[in-house]
Amino acid sequence: MVTVLQPDSELRQRAWDAAASVVDPEIPVLTIADLGVLREVALDGDHVEVAITPTYSGCPAMNMIALEIELALERAGFHRPKVRTVLSPAWTTDWMSEEGRQKLRAYGIAPPQASSSRRELFGAQAMACPQCGSENTELLSEFGSTSCKALWRCKSCREPFDYFKCH
Amino acid sequence: MPVANIQVSETPLVLYALRRADDALILGHRLSEWCGHAPMLEEDMALSNIALDLIGQARELYSYAAKAEGKENDEDKLAYLRDVRQYRNLLLVEQPNGDFAQTLVRQFFYSAFADLYWRAMMTSRDTTLAAIAAKSEKESAYHLRHASEWIIRLGDGTDESHARAQAAIDQLWAFTGEMFDVDEGERALIHAGIAIDPGTLRGPWLQTVSDIVGQATLVLPQNDWMQQGGRLGRHSEHLGHLLSELQSMQRTFPGLTW
Repeated sequence: MVTVLQPDSELRQRAWDAAASVVDPEIPVLTIADLGVLREVALDGDHVEVAITPTYSGCPAMNMIALEIELALERAGFHRPKVRTVLSPAWTTDWMSEEGRQKLRAYGIAPPQASSSRRELFGAQAMACPQCGSENTELLSEFGSTSCKALWRCKSCREPFDYFKCH
Repeated sequence: MPVANIQVSETPLVLYALRRADDALILGHRLSEWCGHAPMLEEDMALSNIALDLIGQARELYSYAAKAEGKENDEDKLAYLRDVRQYRNLLLVEQPNGDFAQTLVRQFFYSAFADLYWRAMMTSRDTTLAAIAAKSEKESAYHLRHASEWIIRLGDGTDESHARAQAAIDQLWAFTGEMFDVDEGERALIHAGIAIDPGTLRGPWLQTVSDIVGQATLVLPQNDWMQQGGRLGRHSEHLGHLLSELQSMQRTFPGLTW
């Protein structure tokens, strides 16, 4: 089936693609679309407004991401784009795409477990090493190199690795 | 030239948000004082990460307060241009870091409360407050687990760590009662379904705290007399010193940006 795009929806798609190309400055293999941070791209004439939802309350990457979105849209020919922060509903790691999870693993970061329910948050954790796949791993520190990660170590291959925490 | 303090129209809703924002900012600032000084690298990162979470929560709550007030103020002005008497945080969170045990006991008392509080606030009729609560709840859960593990390790550790943890509990206990206090303005917000009544959390809080303290072979004081004042702007001498550091750049170079 062929879908005929309306001119404004083509334009909207172009704006979405531009915004979706922005990557997380701290995890550059993930785009903001993979993360689920990009929520909405609205068009009013040729004026674009993008809605993003912050990951962690104090995530310092959010300001950078907002700026990068504006630059990406400017480069795509949209003038004076606006980025709006939407708090509700609150972001959760459940919004991360399957593709995003695979990219994380390939990058050497264990992806968040599938559900961010409290049981997953605090249940017995069996974390597979993203390097060798072994589940013989241990938690080194609940808080890692950025606010979204914990530091683990694989007891099989002896490599330390980051785990993207459920949130 | 000194910079004048801003005036804030403290409606019950503005005051409500300011109180929670001030708790988060002041505790976050206190924890940030450990950056580069913690007893080990992992702890340095943990305390700095928790500080970051709290300061992030503060930013959202200040922005909410500024919007609710609807005047010229914003998150930066609310944080940097109010003086001691205008701050509404709990006395607990402004207490100095002391030794590692004092920092962790302070964190434990607060996180055990914040975890319950934000989880309950997720049902707020105000969607923005409910969303801030949904973020803060998960963060607080991690903070509580971290602090609980340390309380157990310190209490059930050496004679020295046990003595220090017990001394910290004895010293900070009188600051815990204020967490459950409610004034008339807040009572109205509770009736309207915007805020939740922290008084209902006293039992569950005590249960969490008693459980961990028991596992740590420590004891809670029997003394029920509690300090009050922070919510009304009456603070210990420590807050002024903290603010002089937190606000020094904006007070010296008004409007300074990166």
